[in-house]
Amino acid sequence: MKTNDVILQTTAKVVFFIIFLFSIHIFFAGHYAPGGGFVGGLLTTGAIVLLLLAFDLRTIQQILPFNFTVMTAIGLLLALGTAAGSIFFNVPFFTHAFSDFDLPLFGHTSLHTAMLFDSGVYLVVVGSAITIIQSIGGDD
Amino acid sequence: MEFVLLIFLPVIFAVLVPFVYKKIKGIHTGWFVLVVPLVLFGYYASFLPLVMDGGHAISEMKWIPSLGIAFTSYIDGLSLLFTLLITGIGSLVVLYSVFYMDREKEDLGSFYVYLLMFMTAMLGVVQSDNTMTLYLFWELTSISSFLLIGFWYTKDKSRFGALKSMMITVFGGLMMLGAFILLSIMGETFSVRELIAEAPELVSHPYFTLALVLLLLGAFTKSAQFPFYIWLPDAMEAPTPVSAYLHSATMVKAGIYLVARFTPIFGSASTWIWLVTGIGLLTLFWGSFFAVKQTDLKAILAFSTVSQLGLIMSLLGAGAISYHATAAVFGFATYAAIFHLINHAAFKGGLFMIAGIIDHETGTRDIRKLGGLMSVMPISFTVAAIGSLSMAGLPPFSGFLSKEMFLESMVALRHFELFNFDTWGILFPIVAWIASVFTFTYSMYFVLKTFMGQKKFDQLPTQPHEAPIGMLISPMILATIVILVFFIPNVIGKWMIKPAVMAIQPTLYANPSAIDIHVKAWHGFGAAGLWLTIGVVAFGTLLYLTIPKWQPLYRMQPDSLSLNNGYDAMMRGSEKGMNRVSRLYMTGKIRTYLLYMFAFMSVTIIALLFLKDAFVLDMNSFAAITLYGSLNAIVLILSVGFVVFAKSRLAAIIALGGVGYSVALFFVIFKAPDLALTQLVIETVSVALFLLAFKHLPALSTHGETKRNKMVNLIVSLSVGVMVTLVALSSHSQKMIPSISQYYKDTVKTEAAGGNIVNVILVDYRGFDTLFEIAVLAIAGIAVLGMIRLRVSRKEPTDENE
Repeated sequence: MKTNDVILQTTAKVVFFIIFLFSIHIFFAGHYAPGGGFVGGLLTTGAIVLLLLAFDLRTIQQILPFNFTVMTAIGLLLALGTAAGSIFFNVPFFTHAFSDFDLPLFGHTSLHTAMLFDSGVYLVVVGSAITIIQSIGGDD
Repeated sequence: MEFVLLIFLPVIFAVLVPFVYKKIKGIHTGWFVLVVPLVLFGYYASFLPLVMDGGHAISEMKWIPSLGIAFTSYIDGLSLLFTLLITGIGSLVVLYSVFYMDREKEDLGSFYVYLLMFMTAMLGVVQSDNTMTLYLFWELTSISSFLLIGFWYTKDKSRFGALKSMMITVFGGLMMLGAFILLSIMGETFSVRELIAEAPELVSHPYFTLALVLLLLGAFTKSAQFPFYIWLPDAMEAPTPVSAYLHSATMVKAGIYLVARFTPIFGSASTWIWLVTGIGLLTLFWGSFFAVKQTDLKAILAFSTVSQLGLIMSLLGAGAISYHATAAVFGFATYAAIFHLINHAAFKGGLFMIAGIIDHETGTRDIRKLGGLMSVMPISFTVAAIGSLSMAGLPPFSGFLSKEMFLESMVALRHFELFNFDTWGILFPIVAWIASVFTFTYSMYFVLKTFMGQKKFDQLPTQPHEAPIGMLISPMILATIVILVFFIPNVIGKWMIKPAVMAIQPTLYANPSAIDIHVKAWHGFGAAGLWLTIGVVAFGTLLYLTIPKWQPLYRMQPDSLSLNNGYDAMMRGSEKGMNRVSRLYMTGKIRTYLLYMFAFMSVTIIALLFLKDAFVLDMNSFAAITLYGSLNAIVLILSVGFVVFAKSRLAAIIALGGVGYSVALFFVIFKAPDLALTQLVIETVSVALFLLAFKHLPALSTHGETKRNKMVNLIVSLSVGVMVTLVALSSHSQKMIPSISQYYKDTVKTEAAGGNIVNVILVDYRGFDTLFEIAVLAIAGIAVLGMIRLRVSRKEPTDENE
């Protein structure tokens, strides 16, 4: 039986970007308002799952040609590297550093190594969730 | 300079080896590796003058200061002697391996990495003053030995031998760790020197004998003493340079080192003297007796190594008697032990190299196929003859001197009167003498059967010819040492042996020159040693000539009664037994495993709450009941009921989503936006996941569930529910310590420069948790991928041994 999912597909195309951008927003807002790498990553996963439900796995792999296993590894290394980086400054493992900078485009911005760690979390969450979904969903 | 760092020089160099091997193809990697032991040998030799006067050197690098664990390099007579052996023989072995290991065919990168790793481990064992790092290096020698024995890992026998050696030596290592822990409890220190200083108090401690036995288990397994020696013959599957280095000259002597090092602590105990001397002599006899049975050249050498190690061990045991009897002859025994250790390293190293040459040039090591090689391989023959005669204890070779000292020491044991030695002491010289006769026989058997007799070249895989000169250099150097030591024994004694003896028995001598021993080849006709040696030669020759007549007698021992068979049966039995035990509860169904986990969790926690009377209920801290809250609770309960009673799986999955969403609503009601957000997204993603897996799942009605296990499920799930409710109520009702949230509120701006406490906890305050959580998540992702995508086809064999 061939299902007619024009409405789902059309909506998904728009809603995907809304959720995705929202997830990016939530990720960056994390340090001061609700959000963070974990939720951000899950939201991105949710957006991709929506696409997956509307289209099929092969289409998703064409749209997002990433190796999600590698993404997981990169995320884990980023998180571990941020934590280990403090050793080189002779402070205990996992000591974060932060400071305020005046950047050309963003103006007065607070930069924080916790953000690097959080992006590691984000990548691991997206990477492993999609890896799992691809493995289970693609087993035909 | 902090010379403790030099222990790590080989292993640091090992990091470079693969690159050198990959990039520089034209030159044998061994030439680059050779630099390491040579430099170390030169450097450590500069300690000789210091140590000769009874001095020592210490260099320390802190590792875990809070536990008192440090890398401490302690160089005295004993450790310097071993260090020089490791680096000296190491240099010769690397040089030999350059010609032995083919540049084109062998994986030299791995070979030299393992070898250098071993060098570091062995230097660490003999130099460490801290028992914990000593243990660390000790196990590292087992691991590098495992890798080297299994170097030709495509051969079944190599893997078998590697595993066997690892099983036995690591077992011993763990026992030794037990001894070290007991010692640290008794003496409250990990430092060997401090333990030795406390030795008089340790003797009366209740743990003393237990620690002694455990330590000896470590030493006996490593040094291949009876009945643990069975790993050594199987270790001969390693490339010959490895056998010459690890399994004759250095690693197997780590047990000897351990016994020597701990003699000042345990030596005064009668158990020590009986065990070390007795097991040593038994091993000496056993090894020499079974050496003649072997037909493989390397197997003969392996059994002879076992037997020689037993000899050194028994001498160390006899040397410990000097704590009780002042007769100089017992001090003599320790001296003889160290002397023989040096001699054995020299002649056995050379013999192994010759065995390797024969293997290399003729294509076989089977002594039944060899014969008459003397005419084609004159240099190899000369070296082999020197080594064998030294091993047999004949002049003018170094082995004669130490062998004679050994016989003298054993004869002297008769005069020792403590610990029942006056009744049983007579056994020692008799066993020693018989073992010496067999030693003579197998030495002759090794060299004469191979090089003399009929030429049988047509049976050999390749036409034999003399080895290239590069391969002969190392054994020739060793043979020269064997002869040289015979003529200048007292120089060696002064430079190396006396400082080592002094380190073994520090309380007995003020300085090394106070050891009044002068080694002579000729003691006059009255000396017992002379007549014993003459007897050994006479009977040994007789036995050698009649080998064809009595060798078949070995077949009388049924295979089922051998120690090897015992080991095999133990391995097979434990494998089968564990398999049977596992099958009892491993059904292969995930729901069974979940049942185990949940049942265990709820039973233990409810029992704990009950036993400790920990349940407290304090209604005052509860939030007020609101309209939204109660409505939400009703929805939640209804959804749960729907999940349980749903007839179709799809409906159950959707209802489960409803449960999650209403929990998220609770978070909203109680103003926890982060939690609500996370809960919502998690619920969405997991429902989607469920739907993805949906088509793979069987229908609910054909689940294969009986009434009985539905009953069990009901009980377990109810108890989990009760457990969670009780714990939640109880933990909310009692605050043992003030809440940490105020601290977070105070410091979130100042310490972490953040605004959202929940997220700052995740990335900063409790970043460790998050790090491990994402690690677990990543592992889970890769595991799912592995299970579903990378499934091995069922038809392919999965076991390497099948």
